Amino acid sequence: MSDTLIIAERNLIRLPRAPELLLAFTVQPIMFVLLFRYVFGGAIRTPGYSYVDYLVPGIIVQNIAFGGFVTAIGLNEDMHKGLIDRFRSLPMARPAVLAGRTLADVVTNALSIAILVLTGVIIGFSFHASALHALAGLALLLVFGYAFSWFFAFIGLLVSSPESANSVGFIAVFPLTFISSAFVPVRSMPSVLRAFANVNPFTIVVDAMRHLWLGAAAHNSVWGAVVWAFVIMGVFAPLAVARYRRAAGR
Amino acid sequence: MPPLERMGHETAIRVSGVFKSYGSVQALAGVDLEVAAGSVLALLGPNGAGKTTLVRVLTTLLKPDAGSAWVLGCDVVGDAAQLRERIGLAGQYAAIDENLTGLENLTMVGRLYGASRRRAKARARELLERFDLLEAAGRPAKTYSGGMRRRLDLAAALVAKPPVLFLDEPTTGLDPRSRLSLWEVIERLVAEGTTVLLTTQYLDEADRLANTIAVIDHGRVIAEGTADELKDRVGGQRLEVSLDDPAQAQIAAAALAPMSDETPAWEGTAVRLSVRERSGAIVEAVHRLSEAGVGVDDLVLRRPTLDDVFLALTGHVAEDAGEPVERERAA
Repeated sequence: MSDTLIIAERNLIRLPRAPELLLAFTVQPIMFVLLFRYVFGGAIRTPGYSYVDYLVPGIIVQNIAFGGFVTAIGLNEDMHKGLIDRFRSLPMARPAVLAGRTLADVVTNALSIAILVLTGVIIGFSFHASALHALAGLALLLVFGYAFSWFFAFIGLLVSSPESANSVGFIAVFPLTFISSAFVPVRSMPSVLRAFANVNPFTIVVDAMRHLWLGAAAHNSVWGAVVWAFVIMGVFAPLAVARYRRAAGR
Repeated sequence: MPPLERMGHETAIRVSGVFKSYGSVQALAGVDLEVAAGSVLALLGPNGAGKTTLVRVLTTLLKPDAGSAWVLGCDVVGDAAQLRERIGLAGQYAAIDENLTGLENLTMVGRLYGASRRRAKARARELLERFDLLEAAGRPAKTYSGGMRRRLDLAAALVAKPPVLFLDEPTTGLDPRSRLSLWEVIERLVAEGTTVLLTTQYLDEADRLANTIAVIDHGRVIAEGTADELKDRVGGQRLEVSLDDPAQAQIAAAALAPMSDETPAWEGTAVRLSVRERSGAIVEAVHRLSEAGVGVDDLVLRRPTLDDVFLALTGHVAEDAGEPVERERAA
């Protein structure tokens, strides 16, 4: 556990020193919020809520899913630069390299949630829920983000370069986040997309967030969202660990 | 069973019949090796010879397919966890975090060895001073020069004061000055009693640093001994003749052939052969060549170098120094 914290600390120390990374966490999400709110927002009908209330939970979920990008790129770099070899030659806990990475993502995810909620509030978002529900929503976001970090850890160890980690992650996740209820009501989509969007874990998590933060009807989606987070973790954490053993054991 | 009692204090590293394949590529094809405690062994060989693979086996990063190896009496597979506390590894990649400062890099490694933050920091400063990096201690490592990175990497390998140190091509890609300063650092470590196994494709590096050289090619140790012993194996003296006209090379080679046990080799204007007798060799060569009507530009008699050793042992020249990384990793 202490090895995990040391690695997590290492990944956080470097954050302020990589300005492009910090921009990805701060300016980019803010830009997206403003774009959707003011460019597309006027044209999108969201019965029951103002678009800004509808948008903020959705865009935060999208953002959180991409939080693990740092893990994918970072692990891939570590592998190429021989750092993984160094870590493996040290008397440290084996899973600490991956666990430390993904733990660091939780901290950066919390940071980008804070920035996005603040931006949302400035442009008119408000919670329609108890503090307890709001906190439960926050916890769900962090768990879901953590699960996705394991997906990205796997991608980072799978591909041959940081650049391809970037594009594989982007191609796999970006459409998933859009074919969901994150930005527009699923009802407005053509039937094939609608069918997909309805079972898309992003829709389920976004709906759960709207339930927790806006009091919207959620059916079973809060627990469904938690289950999805654990399924993603349950699939990709072992895959990432197995890949780590293989990749590092060449 | 690990031959613990036989290893005693004299043998730091023992490798016995180690095989390792990557798919259809056989990286190690039965390596046997012994390194005495406190000595330096250089694994000399071209790219893809299996040097890095052997280092990875000995540093517990890779399990051998067959055979066994012990370092300090620890089996590299069975006692891996225990062994990791007692070895240091510095590779050809300078495995440091470029976004961390020199001090942060070494402190992190110290803490991963289980030291407290304060002790890890103190040790880091000690090492930074020793490796002439104290001034740069607070700068991110990405601002370091190639030589500084290698020194930081080596420092990271020494955090836990390991009695055995593995250096995988420690100076590949460095400029001559940084190379020399790294050699001096390694020599100091050896003087303090550290056992070193280093891999290199530079013959002069092996010649300068190592007590024993193991020549490795296609995953096998094909020769082992001191630099002098290896040179003696090639035997005799080397005669090198530069001709005025490359067209006469074959005639010159034929004329000189009776002086050697082997067929003289020629390339361009150069003819090379090993001669049996040093005394009178130059006079005889000049005489033979002038009788054959061959114009000579220059003529040198010298002791064999490790280059000659390598050529004689493997049938091909050692790899060009310009090649920076070992390709076997890509397998």
